[in-house]
Amino acid sequence: MKNNKVFISGDEAVAQGVRLSRPHVVAAYPITPQTITVERLSEMVEAGEMDAEYMHVESEHSAISATMGASAVGARTFTASSSQGLLYMAEGLHYCSGGRWPVVMMNANRSVALPWSIYGDQRDSLSLLDSGWIQVYVEDAQEALDMIIQAYKIAEHKDVLTPMMVNLDGFILTHTYELVEIPDQEMVDHFLPAFETPNKMSFENPKNLGFSSRPDDNTEFKYQQNEAMFNAIDVIHKTDKDFADMFGRKYHGMVEEYMCEDADVVLVALGSVCGTVRVVIDKMRAEGKKVGLLKIRYMRPFPVEEVKDLAKRVKAIGVIDKDISFGYEGTVYTNVNSAISQIDKYVFKSNFVGGLGGRDITKAEIEDMYNKLYAGLENKSEETVEFFSLNVESND
Amino acid sequence: MTKVLDIPKVNAKNMTEKEFFYGHKACAGCGGSIAVRLALKVLGERTYSALPAGCMSAVGFIYPQMAFNSNAIITTFPGSASMAAGIAAGAKALGQEDFKTVVFAGDGGTADIGFQALSGMIDRNDDVLYICYDNEAYMNTGIQKSGLTPYGTKTTTTPAGQNIPGTVTHKKNLFEIIAAHDIQYAATASIGYPQDFLNKVNKAKHVKGASFIHVYASCPTGWGTPTETSVEIAKDAVDCGLIFLAEYEDGEYKLNRNPKEFRSVEDYLKKQGRFKHMSDADIQCVIENRDKKWERMRKNWL
Repeated sequence: MKNNKVFISGDEAVAQGVRLSRPHVVAAYPITPQTITVERLSEMVEAGEMDAEYMHVESEHSAISATMGASAVGARTFTASSSQGLLYMAEGLHYCSGGRWPVVMMNANRSVALPWSIYGDQRDSLSLLDSGWIQVYVEDAQEALDMIIQAYKIAEHKDVLTPMMVNLDGFILTHTYELVEIPDQEMVDHFLPAFETPNKMSFENPKNLGFSSRPDDNTEFKYQQNEAMFNAIDVIHKTDKDFADMFGRKYHGMVEEYMCEDADVVLVALGSVCGTVRVVIDKMRAEGKKVGLLKIRYMRPFPVEEVKDLAKRVKAIGVIDKDISFGYEGTVYTNVNSAISQIDKYVFKSNFVGGLGGRDITKAEIEDMYNKLYAGLENKSEETVEFFSLNVESND
Repeated sequence: MTKVLDIPKVNAKNMTEKEFFYGHKACAGCGGSIAVRLALKVLGERTYSALPAGCMSAVGFIYPQMAFNSNAIITTFPGSASMAAGIAAGAKALGQEDFKTVVFAGDGGTADIGFQALSGMIDRNDDVLYICYDNEAYMNTGIQKSGLTPYGTKTTTTPAGQNIPGTVTHKKNLFEIIAAHDIQYAATASIGYPQDFLNKVNKAKHVKGASFIHVYASCPTGWGTPTETSVEIAKDAVDCGLIFLAEYEDGEYKLNRNPKEFRSVEDYLKKQGRFKHMSDADIQCVIENRDKKWERMRKNWL
């Protein structure tokens, strides 16, 4: 394979992935830290490198409405958003998954006002877990690019036909420059054929879409939507394998384990913080501690089997949440906990909530989490939920 | 834009027998459904219709009974213009030619919640004809006040009582707000003047880019009028001067109908349950507002 590495940001890597996927319509509204992606895309259209209709929509609500409209006539579409913008799309997110339009979106994970913050956490997308979109979280710019291409393949699969959101941490990934391999267009064309769907309006076969349903039928539509999301699991694994065969990069599907084979104590996390966790693991392993990482890649569909399998093998599991469901716990923790509860075994569990509004999660903090997990295990403690490195008095 | 003279006229004699909107569950005498039916006969088979939440989508798309015989889709309430724009862009990108994308949205879906998307659609000059069927309130949800509900109207959210005499605001000046975007073609119409409406739809069909028609469409259920008078009352509204027929084209306004004398506003109002409570002073206020508007239109648009 010819080497085509360039030094670009995560946002630019997404734009490259979009260009290679040849969408017919791009509709997006600018929001920090997504803007570089939509700027690059407009430049690519201007330069003739992309043959797409670029729609300068006046809001995120219109971005998702326009992409749904284009998808409803069989066009491949792309949009991108973040934070407040993603929430402004919320109606459209449910609408899009219910309409079974495989729109692909990049979401730059950013905090949600109030207080205002342009910096990263994952409260935006995690608060929309129930909107019926496939959600993947990436760890670096290369994975961002590769997952855009894979997203079209997964979302457009006839057994799936469900929109997909590729999440990358605001600034930490969107604005950090890395060496990224740009795949060859011909190979991408071979990997990702043209979008074909029965779920479209056409003059050959006119249809009425986006209809109402009575109570007699509604549950059946939602059942099928749920089945399609489960169908995505096999498609995700197959797509990961096909992608690895063609491009040489493997992401291991629903989750990626790091040093979990013999681990006693494991942290579960999403996105860029996994990189820091790996560094801490290497250090602690050198000191003889059997620690590991479960990087959750897909939050929907949820990797329930993978989490159960891990829980059977380890003694303690901690979950890092860059989000909080007020009045309860972190959303990732709730999901992981639900899977662990399906096995008949004591596992010490702990939820570490932090890194909100862009606060860095440091190596020292992660090491501290592992140590707390060891301590909890030793004391046979009940589960704990804590905001780590808090600068105000905790009520605990 | 194609020259008007080059466009073959569509009228009751030569229009297609084919129905594109039938079997729906609209109320008897529904003016909105008349507007949709007539417009689709002009636009023909190669049409994508986009309708937000509202009467026409509520009565036309109840699975599995679909009432459109051509392509049609319900859109998000605020996003009909943008979804239609996406349809037009997607179909164009796929190489489709010789088709029209049309929105049928109510007054609330247009002048209130859908306005931002509509303004964006016109700004981008997307190839969409946007038709607002104006029945002067949120009828689908049970007759609540919209930005196009006229002064004095009694609705379920502007009840007429001892303290407040119904709706106290005047209709938004939608036609001129749209024209202010410098849109290629905009028009007002009424189902009471069907040939005028057909001509305007026919004209808009041939616009490449954004166009807009604001069509007055009666609602017996919401207005408190007999179902058989829907067309007549929509004609009365024009004849008494509360609704005007006009166009905006090539940067110029044109008043299509300029009656020497108006029919009685009071008669028009008193025929309708929604206005029955109005005092003489309130009727006078409606007349004064009408006269002010006509003075301006006659001065500038003739």
